[in-house]
Amino acid sequence: MSPDFWIVITGILVAVNCGLLGVFLVLRKSAMVGDAISHAVLPGIVIAYLLTDSRSSIWMMLGAAVFGIITTFFIEFLHRKARVQSDASIGVTFTWLFAIGVILVSLFSGNVDIDQECVLYGDIAYVPFDLFFLGENSLGPAPVWMGSINMLVIALVVALGYRGLFLTSFDTGYASSIGLNTGAWNYLLMGAVSLTVVLSFNSVGAILVVAFLVVPPATAYLISKRLETMIASTVVLGTLSAVGGYLLADLWSASISASMAVFSGIFFALVFGYSLVGKKLRKRVHLSES
Amino acid sequence: MDSNLIWVLIGCALIGAGASIVGTFSYLRKEALVGDAIAHALLPGVALAFLLTEEKKLYVLFPGAIIAGLVSMWSIQMIKKYSKIKSDTAIALVLSVFFAAGVVLLTHIQQGDFGNQSGLDAFLFGKAASMLPRDIYLFVSVDLIIVGLVALFYPYLKLYAFDQEFAESSGLPIRLLRFGLSVLTVLAIASGIQAVGVVLMAALIITPAATARFLSARMHHMLAIAVVIGVLSAIIGVYISYLTPSMPTGPWIVVVLSFFALSTFAFAPKKGIVHRHFRRIAHQRKIMDENVVKHLYHMSGSEKGIGLGVLSAERQWGGKQLEGAIKRLVSGGLIFTNQGHVGLTDDGQREGARIVRLHRLWELYLSERMNIAEDHVHQDAEAIEHIITPELEQALLKELDYPEMDPHSSEIPGVKEMKSYES
Repeated sequence: MSPDFWIVITGILVAVNCGLLGVFLVLRKSAMVGDAISHAVLPGIVIAYLLTDSRSSIWMMLGAAVFGIITTFFIEFLHRKARVQSDASIGVTFTWLFAIGVILVSLFSGNVDIDQECVLYGDIAYVPFDLFFLGENSLGPAPVWMGSINMLVIALVVALGYRGLFLTSFDTGYASSIGLNTGAWNYLLMGAVSLTVVLSFNSVGAILVVAFLVVPPATAYLISKRLETMIASTVVLGTLSAVGGYLLADLWSASISASMAVFSGIFFALVFGYSLVGKKLRKRVHLSES
Repeated sequence: MDSNLIWVLIGCALIGAGASIVGTFSYLRKEALVGDAIAHALLPGVALAFLLTEEKKLYVLFPGAIIAGLVSMWSIQMIKKYSKIKSDTAIALVLSVFFAAGVVLLTHIQQGDFGNQSGLDAFLFGKAASMLPRDIYLFVSVDLIIVGLVALFYPYLKLYAFDQEFAESSGLPIRLLRFGLSVLTVLAIASGIQAVGVVLMAALIITPAATARFLSARMHHMLAIAVVIGVLSAIIGVYISYLTPSMPTGPWIVVVLSFFALSTFAFAPKKGIVHRHFRRIAHQRKIMDENVVKHLYHMSGSEKGIGLGVLSAERQWGGKQLEGAIKRLVSGGLIFTNQGHVGLTDDGQREGARIVRLHRLWELYLSERMNIAEDHVHQDAEAIEHIITPELEQALLKELDYPEMDPHSSEIPGVKEMKSYES
């Protein structure tokens, strides 16, 4: 397979994985919690690295997932127990954890092979060279394997937990009145987000993960009236953004993953602009009729 | 102390002051996270300014950053106003797409044939260690603009921050105020970001204001407290990173800032977690004590009092809970204990009468004035009897014209005496 093929495949995997979870973040008005988690997992990754002395993804994933849950818990705690305004509780939490992460990195930068930038910007262009070996045989790029397993996990979570996620996202009051544990569903979702964020880091970096989490679902939200349609359009938009972004990057010799995020932004702008024009036209028709 | 350290100290303190002021307004407008979005959104502005001019002087990059920041704020506004997308999604969307556009431009520049582009991204990721007097001039001017404009338009800004609808209805130019505040916010972020970096700039906007809100509800107090916390954290953070070599400045400022914030959330008088916890316990104890006295009042008659076991069985009070209440009531002189029996003292009798009086007055008030059925008023009175103040009691007595019977035709104790005392 050509390297380009693997790059696009990885991009699609990241976009679809993030988008599936992002749908629920957008519906729950927790989009910025996704942003917070993508920064706040940094200390988890560093601590996992320091404890195990390996760059093995399993430990880093675990560290990141733990810190993702801690972040979610802390935001909830500050908001509910300390009654900090909800947006400020997000802001205080992630800047604090991220700062600790950066300090840890620079504390051990002498003997550690990770830096702030490797977390903040991954580079998808290196994906084809990060091969996964089983014995002597190369089985293709490791990120593709990781992304596929990640997609399987997310698909399972969404398929098995569809009803719970659906109800707790749309109407918390009703959900808890029929006996659903809204807190547990929230932690499940945020745990999945943390896992996906850290798996996607290597290829796209922290801030672009946020783009894939939020932008395709927000675009899909504008054009759909049902959750199924929203999920389906998110998957389509994510895939198109990955392919389009790859072409844009090729044309401009720019960062591939950032181009993919920009492309998803272009889709949003088009849909948003179209809905604005549509509204204006309908208004005009309505006025001329009356 | 070397002179560079002094410049860095002064510089970071100035950044902290400006950010804390604009942050207080965005906190009150519930737009704290917009600061985070702006900080990320400056990147494409910086990159475009460089692409167009091939200069990396501050006077080229800074206006580029300002314009990008304003466009990002405007985009968030438009998305919120003209679609069903909520604030948080709009912020995250603008933040990530603008930043991605910046990375695209930056990588395009790095791949391309531009000679001296190195260090362009340093504009966004902070390099507090190398601050020059030239930078200080910028920070001073930005702070002067912020302080001057806020002082000049303070009453209007205050009204706008606390209650936009009222400000609008009283004829204030809302759009102008919003634009003005946006410009100030972008100025503070764009000037500070080259020293402390993107994520940490967001902390300087959000955290001092959130902390100040715990200590005061008044606008000018909040502003003062936020500035003090912002400046103090900047100075301490810079000093810590100076003491330990190879330590980054921005993160230490944020850690100090967060330390102030978290300890305030925990220990602030009135609003802090610890204080509210103890106040809740004190309130629960008061309710327990009053319930015990009330129960003994209803059971009164036997001189010896009633057995502790009987008491705890009748109301299903836990042993420890009851023990604590009895200890407090004995030391308050309201009850006596005698060989495992408890009874009310004379003071206790009066206290019991008072609680029962409040209970029955409230029942009467609900059924007479609120037309609530007689069999529905007990639960409500059970709760309110612990809250009614003497002033409220007087008002109730007057309102109901010193009634002697409650809706269930039980006597309301002590009303006769109070009536004769009153007249």
